Amino acid sequence: MSQNADLADRIKERLVPFPRRHFLSAGDLNPPATLALLDLADEFVAHNRATDERPTLDLMAGRTVVNLFFENSTRTSSSFEIAAKRLGADVVTMPVTASSVAKGETLIDTAVTLNAMKPDVLVIRHSASGAADLLSQKVGCAVVNAGDGRHEHPTQALLDLLSLRRAFDEVGGLTVAICGDIAHSRVARSNVALLSMMGARVRLIGPPTLVPGDADRWGCEVFHDMREGLDGCDVVMMLRLQLERMAGALVPSTREYFRFWGLDREKLAWANPGAKVMHPGPMNRGVEIDSDVADDLSVSLIQDQVEMGVAARMAVLASLSMRNEGVGR
Amino acid sequence: MTAFAIVNARLLDPSSDHDGPGSVLVQDGRIAEVVRGTTHERPAGLQIIDAHGACLSPGLIDIRVKTGEPGAEPKETLKSASLSAAAGGVTTIVIQPDTDPAVDDPAMVDFIHRRGAALNLVNVYAAGAATQGRDGQRMAEIGLMHEAGALYFTDGDRVIANTRTLLRVMSYAGAFNALIACRPADPWLSEGAVATSGELSTRLGLSGAPAIAERIQLERDLALVEQTGARFLVDQISTEGALACLARARAKGLEVAASVSINHLCFNELDIGDYRTFYRLDPPLRAESDRQALIEAIRDGLIEAITSAHAPAPAEDKRRPFAEAAPGAVGLETLLPAALTLHHQDGLDLLDILRPLTSGPATLLGLDSGVLEPGAPADLMLFDPDAPVVIDASTLRSKSKNSPFDGRRLQGRVLSTWVGGRRVFES
Repeated sequence: MSQNADLADRIKERLVPFPRRHFLSAGDLNPPATLALLDLADEFVAHNRATDERPTLDLMAGRTVVNLFFENSTRTSSSFEIAAKRLGADVVTMPVTASSVAKGETLIDTAVTLNAMKPDVLVIRHSASGAADLLSQKVGCAVVNAGDGRHEHPTQALLDLLSLRRAFDEVGGLTVAICGDIAHSRVARSNVALLSMMGARVRLIGPPTLVPGDADRWGCEVFHDMREGLDGCDVVMMLRLQLERMAGALVPSTREYFRFWGLDREKLAWANPGAKVMHPGPMNRGVEIDSDVADDLSVSLIQDQVEMGVAARMAVLASLSMRNEGVGR
Repeated sequence: MTAFAIVNARLLDPSSDHDGPGSVLVQDGRIAEVVRGTTHERPAGLQIIDAHGACLSPGLIDIRVKTGEPGAEPKETLKSASLSAAAGGVTTIVIQPDTDPAVDDPAMVDFIHRRGAALNLVNVYAAGAATQGRDGQRMAEIGLMHEAGALYFTDGDRVIANTRTLLRVMSYAGAFNALIACRPADPWLSEGAVATSGELSTRLGLSGAPAIAERIQLERDLALVEQTGARFLVDQISTEGALACLARARAKGLEVAASVSINHLCFNELDIGDYRTFYRLDPPLRAESDRQALIEAIRDGLIEAITSAHAPAPAEDKRRPFAEAAPGAVGLETLLPAALTLHHQDGLDLLDILRPLTSGPATLLGLDSGVLEPGAPADLMLFDPDAPVVIDASTLRSKSKNSPFDGRRLQGRVLSTWVGGRRVFES
């Protein structure tokens, strides 16, 4: 019991206020705040793993978190829900597609309505880029962007960073290749920003139709050839290829995509020895990643990423609550 | 494989600008040695072929050949096209993807290559479709076809009207440094047209497309090239206005190549005056000023490739009113004498004519042939540039006899053709 009490104390010690009122993009973080969040998240990992005698945390007791998901996403909304519940918050998860949107309510109307119910944190996922930003201007509570269109998914970048730091100890100096549909990926945008901020070298690899032409101005090296791009990489982060992008529009076929840009053993061997594989999920097996690689726990961090997701989101929610404590709404 | 020497020849090697007496030693299917100048030494133990002063050049490379295999075999097969090519001194043909089914996946590329190789005649390569089923909408498997050996990608006679599709195709092809070829023809201006609009088409009562239809589309294509950095081939350029456009793009440093069909170098729109359907071509025949501009472009090296634009059409498709007849003409077997009219009538240097028929397309497509150099494949053509010939379409080896040169008196005869050191034709 005393061990668990220590854990709860350590969590309280590590807790620092979030640098901003909202968490809308990776740019809301700075290096010291990021490190503090990672340290805090490490404690939450330990907490989450103590499945038998997990101490009750009351960091968000009495607080209300509303999960507002305009796009279907089981994994991200569950991850946020579990994170908030572990912190003692009351959680309402609203799959909005089924309710007000069907009745023609606009995003702002929904926001104003919810705001009147005085939640403490709004977690929003929306198919339109900039939706989280718009919402943050209309509500009094903290807003966490859980993915807005092809713009940003900052908690994904934070959990990826946490997974990487735990696998490599130090993220600075790592060479990370982000591969696949960069053009339509909010995960890529957030990761480019956060990884670069933390001193990693980021490369973007994909067919020219899926890598923005001016992506080199993001401070990344751009490659269209996996062999060239993976050479010297410590981490290979695969992105999900949306099926509607295939069948000729941007990529001729799934088999051609897999042949040239799908990660299998052969291509992974072009990266550095000991290179780790990541994927934000859900995976298209046999399209962007071979099961052989995805399921090999000696190289794949994919399951870690899911576990780190809860811890990283706990850190964000706890830290945001602390920041906004006593802020009049 | 046996070694042999072709001696006492006039060597014509456009890549090194060489025109002079000499001999060529062939070993194991490749050129082992090129001896320039007159020599009376005859290497012992070799089969000697005395050229008696005839011209020896690299075999011709024709990058735009249609057949009917698969899908329309009565029109032309890979075999009949290969026999035609060999008889015409053409040692490499690139088959267009407009077969049925279209060559739009790696298995089809492989099919063409295997069938071609099994004939043991000329080198047969495939060009892959740029879009699936040449529908102009969905990108084809350019990467896999490139890997299977397709030399370039095109929808053939069909224009990719959807600019967004072409932008994506060009951009995507960049990942493989693959060459994209497009016909420049504005699809709306060209719709239903069978001639170039002008006084003649009006008098004949034929639907015409204005010559600017070509320039308009080319300007679009070149803007896309500029945006994507794609390797690009302007397929069958035919008007003066488009040539000026091409020259401007080159001056800007764009990597743009162009091809022209032999028909547009030899004929002008007046040839359709009798409604002879063998002159119903796509693009349609142009004004004499356009033809002159094309000849100048050959002289100036603005055009990388002259093609036969071999398009077999059986009699039933040609024996129709002009506007209803199938477009296109066969041309593999008549390519050399037709090209030599540019020498005999228009005063072009032999090397300038042969360059876009040999080393020009070879360089464009990354082939190691098209040159008289040690190490290159022994793809050779021995010909008499002056011999008078009367073209008789009924004797052509092609299954379709739709030759606009039928009955024409030309000069130039292919004497022998070798592919990989094997003699595949001897007159």
